[in-house]
Amino acid sequence: MRRETILNTLLYLAMPVAAALALALDEPFLITLITRAAIFALAAVGLNLALGLGGLVSLGHAAFFGIGGYAMGILAHHAQTYTPVIDSWIVLEGTKSMPVIWLVAIVSSALAALAIGALSLRTSGVYFIMITLAFGQMFYYFAISWPAYGGEDGLSIYVRNDFPGLNTLDPMQFFALVFAILSAVLWWMGRLARAPFGLALSAARQNAERVETVGLGPFRLRLVAFVISGAVTGLAGALFADLNRFVSPTMFSWQMSGEFIVFIVLGGVGRLFGPVAGAMLFVLLEHLLSPVSDFWLIYVGAILLLVVLFARGGLIGSLAGREVAHG
Amino acid sequence: MAEPMLHVDGLQKAFGALQATDGVTLTLMPGEIHALIGPNGAGKSTLIKQIAGGLAPDAGRIWFDGREVTALGTPARARAGLGRTFQISSLAMEATVLQNAVLGAMGRAGSAWRFLRPVMRDAELVEQAQAALQRVGLTDHAATRTAELSHGQRRLLEVAVALTLQPKAFVMDEPMAGLGASGSKRMTSFLDGLRREAPILLVEHDMDAVFALADRISVLVYGKIIATGTADDIRADPQVRTAYLGEEDAA
Repeated sequence: MRRETILNTLLYLAMPVAAALALALDEPFLITLITRAAIFALAAVGLNLALGLGGLVSLGHAAFFGIGGYAMGILAHHAQTYTPVIDSWIVLEGTKSMPVIWLVAIVSSALAALAIGALSLRTSGVYFIMITLAFGQMFYYFAISWPAYGGEDGLSIYVRNDFPGLNTLDPMQFFALVFAILSAVLWWMGRLARAPFGLALSAARQNAERVETVGLGPFRLRLVAFVISGAVTGLAGALFADLNRFVSPTMFSWQMSGEFIVFIVLGGVGRLFGPVAGAMLFVLLEHLLSPVSDFWLIYVGAILLLVVLFARGGLIGSLAGREVAHG
Repeated sequence: MAEPMLHVDGLQKAFGALQATDGVTLTLMPGEIHALIGPNGAGKSTLIKQIAGGLAPDAGRIWFDGREVTALGTPARARAGLGRTFQISSLAMEATVLQNAVLGAMGRAGSAWRFLRPVMRDAELVEQAQAALQRVGLTDHAATRTAELSHGQRRLLEVAVALTLQPKAFVMDEPMAGLGASGSKRMTSFLDGLRREAPILLVEHDMDAVFALADRISVLVYGKIIATGTADDIRADPQVRTAYLGEEDAA
């Protein structure tokens, strides 16, 4: 087995093992913390498709995270206040059902990614970063100034949404649900990187001219990658909102987008488990350092600096070797 | 007379005051190697870019395989059957040699929109890619990372990727560059056989190769074609001798 495979397996198992330990020690807060790491990992796994494989540095992925969050918030808010979401020629009720919420989150963030991608993928480099940032900020300010759904204060949801057959208020059961989704997405992303689409997308990152010369359009490849990427991050947003039972415009903030990039860089750009390692480390540091100092992010910054300077492949790269082995 | 595979008519392209392509008309007939020569800065690369689709001409039209492709971009022309190699190798450097060739086979099959099955386990694509690598003699390097290939090997890989497309015509920009004497000789005999599969528009600085291979030669100077003909015609053309082959020979 390759060292990266072993490392990935260990990282993968670390989450349920830690959650089981927390359960045995009767520390539900720790389970919630691990769930938080898993959701952040999922959001960054989504971004990693665009950023790592496609080379598209999006500083606006908080837009999709927030759309997923508000999809949950809006549907659940209407369900708990017994008001319809839309009440005109068509009547649309709110819902507390997670599968329905996830579907809405995925579809709406995918549509947003399609629109944002279609416009911003016409640029590249710094311009792409700036345009995605601008779109993210547009959503942020829109959410702040939308009084129907709490504006700046956000929306509180009193009870976690339902999943058939599970008690989602039980931290362990909710963690299991999140972990199952993360597993499925990781499995698919691993396949995707080796599939024809992954090879073409990765080649388009390395040399767009090459891809055109064999008859494939880099723009379309990138757009599809961006849409899948946004949809995954959107799903993570819905789960994040459910974890906190709260949505607010901060989910749309550019700091959020920045954190996703930090997870990926910490863990290893383009590595399947890079975002997982990064998100786990970030949440761990947050947990250990925030009681020590209000300025705990300074330490995260220092670690990030060290990783960027001395471990270019991120955590996974420095532990498993530089060799990028796609396919 | 047969229909030309590629027909360029009255192509114009200016960059500011510089007329890089100045009314170029040329054809590529089935089964021929048509060499395009000219001094540095004559506008060869600019012309090739317009033919391949990477640069839009200011005026003029391009037909390929009986249909007008002037408005089509590079991917559409590649799908129509135009196989191109670059002057400076243009490959996915982090990928393996075989993956680059598989990418070509994928482009031909139009099968990039598959999201689950590993592409390197697609027996048909890998077989096509291996066959192309074998033809240029890169089989032993199939698993090598492309960045680790020598300059000459990269040229061969460029040709192999173009082969996987099974194109109807090739446009090759200096395929001999950096190959060395023996490599150049091998490539010459390879291209000699390749013309039976598909005609080649060949930009080349290696004059031995050009005179050995070309059925017709066009000479481009300052964006204009000043002569087109067989190797003997071109050698004998006084205008060409003055402009290109060196004035001392003309004396």
